[in-house]
This record gives sequence, C-alpha cells and structure tokens, in this order.
Amino acid sequence: MANVISDETIEYVGILAKLELSEEEKEQAKKDMGSMLDYIDKLNELDTSGVEPMSHVFPVHNVFREDVVANGNVREKILANAPKEKDGSFVVPKTVE
Amino acid sequence: MEKQYETVIGLEVHVELATKTKIFCSCSTEFGGAPNTHTCPVCTGMPGSLPVLNKQVVEYAIAVGLATNCSITQYCKFDRKNYFYPDNPQNYQISQLYLPICRNGGVEIETKDGEKKVVGIHEIHMEEDAGKLIHDEWEDASLVDFNRSGVPLIEIVSEPDMRSADEVIAYLEKLRMIIQYLGASDCKLQEGSMRADVNLSIREVGAETFGTRTEMKNLNSFKAIARAIEGERERQIDLLESGKAVIQETRRWDDNKETSYAMRSKEDAQDYRYFPEPDLVPIIISDEWIEEIRSRQPELRTEKLERYKTEYDIPQYDAEILTSHKKLADIFEATVALGKKPKEVSNWLMVETMRLLKEHDLEPSDLTFAPENLAKLIDLIEKGAINRTTAKEVFEKVFAENADPEVYVEENGLKIEADDGALKAIIESIVAANPQSVADYKAGKKKAIGFLVGQTMKAMKGKADPGTVNKMLTEILDS
Amino acid sequence: MDLMQLTAVELGKKIKNKEITVKECVEAALAQIDAVEGQIHSFVTMDREGALKKAEEVQAKIDSGELTGPLAGVPVAIKDNMCTEGLLTTCSSKILYNFVPTYTSEAVLNLEKAGAVIIGKTNMDEFAMGSTTETSAFGPTKNPWNTDHVPGGSSGGSCTAVAAEEVPYALGSDTGGSIRQPSSFCGVVGIKPTYGTVSRYGLIAYGSSLDQIGPVAKDVTDCATILEAIASYDPKDSTSVQREEYDFTSALVDDVKGLRIGIPRDYFGEGLDEEVKTAVLGAAKALEEKGAIVEEFDLSLVEYAIPAYYVIASAEASSNLARFDGVKYGYRTEAYEGLHNMYKKSRSEGFGPEVKRRIMLGSFVLSSGYYDAYYLKALRTKALIKQTFDKAFEKYDVILGPAAPTTAPKLGDSLSDPIKMYLGDIYTISVNLAGLPGLSMPCGIDSKGLPIGVQMIGDCFKEKNIIRAAFAFEQTRTYQRPVMAGKGAE
Repeated sequence: MANVISDETIEYVGILAKLELSEEEKEQAKKDMGSMLDYIDKLNELDTSGVEPMSHVFPVHNVFREDVVANGNVREKILANAPKEKDGSFVVPKTVE
Repeated sequence: MEKQYETVIGLEVHVELATKTKIFCSCSTEFGGAPNTHTCPVCTGMPGSLPVLNKQVVEYAIAVGLATNCSITQYCKFDRKNYFYPDNPQNYQISQLYLPICRNGGVEIETKDGEKKVVGIHEIHMEEDAGKLIHDEWEDASLVDFNRSGVPLIEIVSEPDMRSADEVIAYLEKLRMIIQYLGASDCKLQEGSMRADVNLSIREVGAETFGTRTEMKNLNSFKAIARAIEGERERQIDLLESGKAVIQETRRWDDNKETSYAMRSKEDAQDYRYFPEPDLVPIIISDEWIEEIRSRQPELRTEKLERYKTEYDIPQYDAEILTSHKKLADIFEATVALGKKPKEVSNWLMVETMRLLKEHDLEPSDLTFAPENLAKLIDLIEKGAINRTTAKEVFEKVFAENADPEVYVEENGLKIEADDGALKAIIESIVAANPQSVADYKAGKKKAIGFLVGQTMKAMKGKADPGTVNKMLTEILDS
Repeated sequence: MDLMQLTAVELGKKIKNKEITVKECVEAALAQIDAVEGQIHSFVTMDREGALKKAEEVQAKIDSGELTGPLAGVPVAIKDNMCTEGLLTTCSSKILYNFVPTYTSEAVLNLEKAGAVIIGKTNMDEFAMGSTTETSAFGPTKNPWNTDHVPGGSSGGSCTAVAAEEVPYALGSDTGGSIRQPSSFCGVVGIKPTYGTVSRYGLIAYGSSLDQIGPVAKDVTDCATILEAIASYDPKDSTSVQREEYDFTSALVDDVKGLRIGIPRDYFGEGLDEEVKTAVLGAAKALEEKGAIVEEFDLSLVEYAIPAYYVIASAEASSNLARFDGVKYGYRTEAYEGLHNMYKKSRSEGFGPEVKRRIMLGSFVLSSGYYDAYYLKALRTKALIKQTFDKAFEKYDVILGPAAPTTAPKLGDSLSDPIKMYLGDIYTISVNLAGLPGLSMPCGIDSKGLPIGVQMIGDCFKEKNIIRAAFAFEQTRTYQRPVMAGKGAE
C-alpha cells in the first residue's frame, strides 16, 4: 500500500468527523482509507493542468429569492423530532464557549 | 535599553444585514420572539432542506463593497465551512472562502494626531449567522434557539493596518457610519448586529515581519475593544519578554475580569474543510448590476455635509454633528421637509437630542421619535402656544415616548391662553348678563360661581382652561 | 388476471375507465406484498391504513373529474431517502430510526398531485451508500429472481418492489448508478434524469452535486409517464433547472431510423461478463436492425470516473451527514459526558460501517493540506469527463453499453472488498459526474437465470433520445418477470 495511514491521522479524522472508532474499527479504517487513497491516486496519471475544477455541471447562476417573509411560526413541527426538548428549544449537554 | 514594541491589528467585523428575511430561507429576521418561532426546515438543518439565496443580501454586500472602495468579484460562490457546534444546525456554515464578493478595498480614518490614514479591506464575504445557546441553570444543560440561525451577515476583513486602539475605534466608527448610511445594517455593538474580532500581534519597532497573532472574540463595546487590545498587547509582551512564544489561537475576552482565555480545545481541530457549496449556484454580477446599485447608493456623509452647508445654510460645526449619524441626518431632513426652519431643527437635534442621548447612554440609532412630532413641537413654539421652557419639558416626552406634542400640551394644560383680554371681555359680559348669580355669589353662595364658569366655557366654545376661568371670575367678583 | 402484472399506465387506464377502483388496486398491491415481502424485504415502512384512506380520497377526486392524469389512483413505493410528511423516513439508517418528517419532498408532492397512492417506503443502502442494499441498518433486500442474490443498490427496495410486482412503480434516487444498476439486476426499467430535472428538495442528500430522483417501473412507457409527473422547476432547489420542455411521453415512438448510437469500446473491455456483453451487443444489434446507425468509438477516461466520484461524493457526504448529531432529530446515544462525547457516540452508534468509511474518507480528502491534491483534482477530472461526453454527443444521440459488469452477485460477496464493490459502478458513475440522463432496461437473462441490463445514456436534457431508443428496443422483446411476481403469470 502506497498510502500508509497513521494512528494519528485516524484519530484526527475522527475528531473532524465526530466519529469514535473502536480499536478494531480503527485498524480497518486505516486499511480501507489506505487502499481507497491508493486507488484515488490513479487520478495523478491524468494531466489536468489548465483544467478548471468543475463543481457545477450546468451554467446555471443567479438563483435568488426575493426578500419577503413567507414563513410563519412552525415551532411545533421543528421540534417534533427533537430527542430532548425544553421551553421550545432543543436541549444539548451544557456547552460553554 | 528597554525594547519598544509596535502593536499590529487587523479586524474581522461581522455585520448583520437589515434584510426582512434570512439569507437562505423566508423566515423573518425580526429580533425577539419566543425560541424557535422564526424557523423552518432550512434554518434548522432538517434533512432534505435546501438553501435559496436572498437577493437583497447580495445587493447590500455589493453596496458596502462599493462604499468601501472594494472591487466586486463578478463571479462569486459560496463555500461550506465545516465544524460541529450546536448553534450551527447543519454543522456547517454557508460562507465564502475562495471567491468572496468584495476584495481589495479600504476606508480613510483620522488618527489621534489628526493625520489621515487608509485602513485596507482585504475582503468582504457573505455568510449565515448561528443560533443562540442559552444556559439552563436548572438542568446543567444548554438550550438551542435557531431564531438567529441564518440571519445574513457580511464579514469585513481588514488588512493588519491598525496600530492602536484609537485607530481601531476610528475604523469601526467609520465602517459603522458608512453601513448605517447605506441602510445595510443598524450596526449595534451591544445587540450584536455589529461584532468585531481583533487579530493582534506585536513586533519590535522597526521589525519587517509580523509576529504571531491571536484572535480575540466577544468584544461588545468600543470600551471593551480598547481594554482587550491593551490587555492582549501586554500579555504578548510579557510572553516575549519572558522568553516564551505567542501561540496562534482564538481567545475569548471577559470584560468584567479584564482578561482573556484560550478557546481552543482538543475537540476543536480548527480545520474547516471548506469546499464549494453544491446546493447553491454561482453568482454572476454584471457591470450593469453594479452600476444600478451604485446609482441607487444613498448620499454618503461627505456629500451630505457639503449639501447641508449650501442648501440649508447650516454652519460647518452643525453639519458635522448632524451628519455624524445617518439617523440624525434622516430626522433633520424629514423635519425640514415638513416646512420647519433648518437652523431651528438643527438646534433641537444638536442641543436637546444630544443631551438626552448622553444622559440615557444611548446611540443616535436608538432614536425613536417621529420627525412629525419634532415639527409639531416647533410649530407650537412658533405659534406662541408654549414657551421654550415648556418646550424642553415636552421634548423629553417626545424623545422618550414619541409623544404627540399637541396632544401632550393639551392634556396637561400647558398651553398659554392665546388672548387673556378676549377671555376677560367675555367673562365681564357673562357677569353683566347674570346679575342674579353674581348676587348669590356675593351673598355667600360660593357655588354660584360654577354656573358662571359654565357659561364662560360655553361662550369660549371650550377653548379655555376652566381653572383659569375660575381664577379670573373670582378676581372680578371679589374686586 | 392479476392486476399487479399490469403496468402503472395500464392500471391508471382501468381506474379511469371504472373497470377497477383505486381501493381494489391498492388491495391487490397489499396482497402481493403479503405474499412475497417476507422473502425479499423491499420495504422499511408500510403505510397500509394511509394507503387505503388515500385510495378513497383519490377515488373521489377521480370520480369528480378533479384528477384525470395517467397515474391517478395508482399505488407507488418511495425510496426511504425522500421525506414524506407524517411517514417514517429513515434512509435505512439507525441514526434516523424514528424520524418522521414534517414536510414532503417536492418529487413526491408532484406524484401526490398526480393522484399517486403511497404504499410505503423502500429499503436502500444506508444513506444510499452501497450497491447491494446490504448496508441497510434494517437488513438486506433480496433479489426476487433469486433470493440468494442481491438486488443491487442503493435503490434496491424500489427495484425489487417493482420486479416482484408489489407495486407497479417506485421512485429511486441515483448518485452513482443507484437507480440504473439495481434496475439492471432486477430486470426492470429505471431512469436517472438530467441533473436538475427533478427537484432535490426533501431528498436527504448523499452527494448533492450528483443526486437525482428518478422512476423505476416495468416498462419505458411508465418511466416516461412518471418522469413527466415528477419533473418540475422548483424555486426551493437552487440547482433545479428550468427546462424548455417537460414532455417525455411524446418520445414513445417505435422509430429509431437515423438515430445515431455510439458503443464505447472502453465499456466492453476487461471485467465485463461475457454473457452481459453478448446481451448488450444484442440490444445494439436489434436497434441497428430497426434503422439506427450504430458504431463503436473510444470514450476514454472511463477508469478515472470511480476515483473522482469517490472523492467528490465522500467529501459532500461527510458534510451533508454532519447534521445527524443527536440534537435536532433521530438517534441520540443513551449515556454521554458532554457535548462532543454525545456527538461522537450518537454518530458512531447511529451510522453503519460503509457510511462511516465514506465520512472518514470525505473528511480526510477535504482536510487541511489535501484539498487541492484530492478534491480539486477530482473536480478537474470531472471537467475532463464532461468534455469527453460533450465530444461524444456531437456524434451520437445515444451512448449504449452495459449498466453493470455482471449480473447480481450473491449476498455477502461484495461487502468484503469495498473497491471491488465500487468497481461495479464503473459504467454508471460517469453519467452522474457529467449530469447526464441515463436509462437501464432489461435485455436478457443469464445462465444463472438473472436479468441483464442495457444502459442508454443521452446528452443533457435529451431524455427523449434515450426514451425513444429504449421504447423501440422494448418492442422487440416481451417483459420477463421473476416467478415470485408471476402468481398468475404465463
């Protein structure tokens, strides 16, 4: 495998992705990510110099909405699926900045 | 010899735009409201929801860019900034990194010693605001309210061109004035519609390269900004003097304790994985669109100041104060437009209004009274219905409650009776025409005066103060 | 005769002509579901009561003349990644195990306006990540032709529900082949429309720049009719395209004279099963015999589509799936200490291995220092792939090839080697990268008794070309159904 994924990398990506992997999962993830990246490295065979990255396929642009209030209070619907709710708000563990 | 340090400061200023709706959905941006009552699937990150850009946000951003001498990015895009935090419902913020809407601008400020200096603007980008976290003391938990989630912001990123707290404040005041003039935001620091993060580093005087900078957040007033700059400057000098390094980090200012602390935690990697927002399409801003916005651009301060001097014959000093704030200028112009003398209107704004603002620790943007009521007040003085001392008392009511001066004067009997002579003549005729009542009164039936007062009021068609009539009658009858 | 053997359009006609009622139609679907669902598991959620109630409402509207369209009263199944108000929508994931949307996706609303009766929500690979419907948190779906085999994926449940005649038609979504590949494996017809044709509002995103909703049905006529019903310009979806026309059924003509069909040699090389190759080339031959001009050409860049796709789709997915955090909806872990622990535990317990694998990969390729090398490189590759198709469509109206290298593999064979599974999407993925419309339809049965699919690809907004070719080819064959479907068959 050309791409060797370190424990630190898996740890770091886990922080970014908010995923906590078991030791076993970590080993598997190292292997999977390494082989995926090897495979993705195939793209390096391709000369893409001077090619603009294409994020949208179609030349659609300037899709706007007028500045008019159209939404009313639908709080009940918004909170309908909340795992924990109080006083019209979503409840999360104490969060201090 | 002791080392001399120079402070290098750049600002990231967030401004909430004065749109009616949020940046990507049709929810109201109105302040207040019970938690989550101004929300929808889009601004709460419901699965399957998609953003649609509010055109007014783009127009305000362009307007601010033009007024701050930026070049407008005619092909611009949104990017996603990825980070987990409960006030951020999608766990990414739609912002702009690669192609921000405005770049390479600057505004001129006046430094303390009266010199002019340009503070460069690196870029202005559009983004969405986050929700609010309220700490629940009872449950040791936090409550999330998404009413503010998706409120449009522009972030104005300056170059590291400022060297002192005074320059920072001059720059912020200048930005605030420009943006308020444009009507793009009310820019209230206390309420958070204008927020400044301070990037600060120090270096030895004469050094070519910048030192390591920190970013300071949670600065809610000009005073807090000044204190935080001083505090951070000292902290960094202490570090360097004791042989330690400044760490590049984000710090939170606690203005009560006048100290700051690092916000970084292990779970906060500060790696935002920006990539182009696939749910939104690019914005192409044509020359025509830019010109259209430019032509709609309201008169800014310099032009206004000159116009006041020539059009209204207002002295330089007055014009400076009147144009120092868009709100003052607006009230001035609207009141003058109602036919009032410019100098008279100017006096009320410069003297009484400024005094009351200072007394209540308010900003001109907090003014709520209608120009119509100031005009009515001036009318009452001009007609001689109230004197100037009374007028000041009435104005306090206008200032505080937007009271209607005519109603207030009437209800509180503050009106000077226009013609005492006329009233006296009528009373005398009433006395002459009712000898029986006069006799009763003189015989000790004091109540008989009531009839005479009534007759007088009837003759005056109600336009007299019954107290005054009573007093005058008593004088005549008792003489 | 068995009602469920009819196509959606045929059922619609019978309902319109008062030969059958909507209720009878719904009951027939429910009866077939009762008969076969235990063997194949097409559905995550059934809505029997809702469907029967809706049947009465729709019947009343048909009777009053309010509903006159071809799909009025016809039952449908919806892939479980489209929000349906009041009806559980899970994406076949534990993290959304209890999510009941408070709004309905635009495509489904369009169907409801056309008088569709929703029977239930179909099983899929978790968050549409997979090619076998085995990554579902609620157990795999099995191929009605042989229940030891997978149905393909990710829209596996939608395709099996149609193939096993539990419903006459279904909606699927296609990010890298998720409609076309399972349609091929199950012997049904599926269309992935041009990107922007069907609104994505309410579709729970996997790869936003690639996702499209499309129809799955037993024939081309149904697919064109359904596409006409679901396609719309939607101001709620900024990537929705205002098309010049939304007419697809007028292309249902048995005439391919002069239609230029390109056969990309690169699609017939190493890795392609011989039986699949023969059947697909047979389809080309049949069209040639009907007057189409068929020639081989070199498309190029085919082998770069998969790596580019996995970078782009994983990156977008890592961000799209960040919202599943146990705060606003869905699964929250039982016990946690503090916010970040809650996030991590909820997500780690809520997502399955394939989803985690792609989120990890996506987070990595976007992380500091790698963005240019991976993400931008992939977007540049995408631009080149689009160019090769643009060039091909200067010469051809339709590109014809296999939908998948093999017929349906056995259950359990694919998951062990992710790259091997990803390679199965080699013929479908570039279509998503280039935003093109693609159709898959049956063209034969292999020696194992499993269906083979042929894929027809059109230029952007040229669905009508592929519908025309597909309709003409369809006239040369008879529809083959799995034994399971054919209670009253042949």
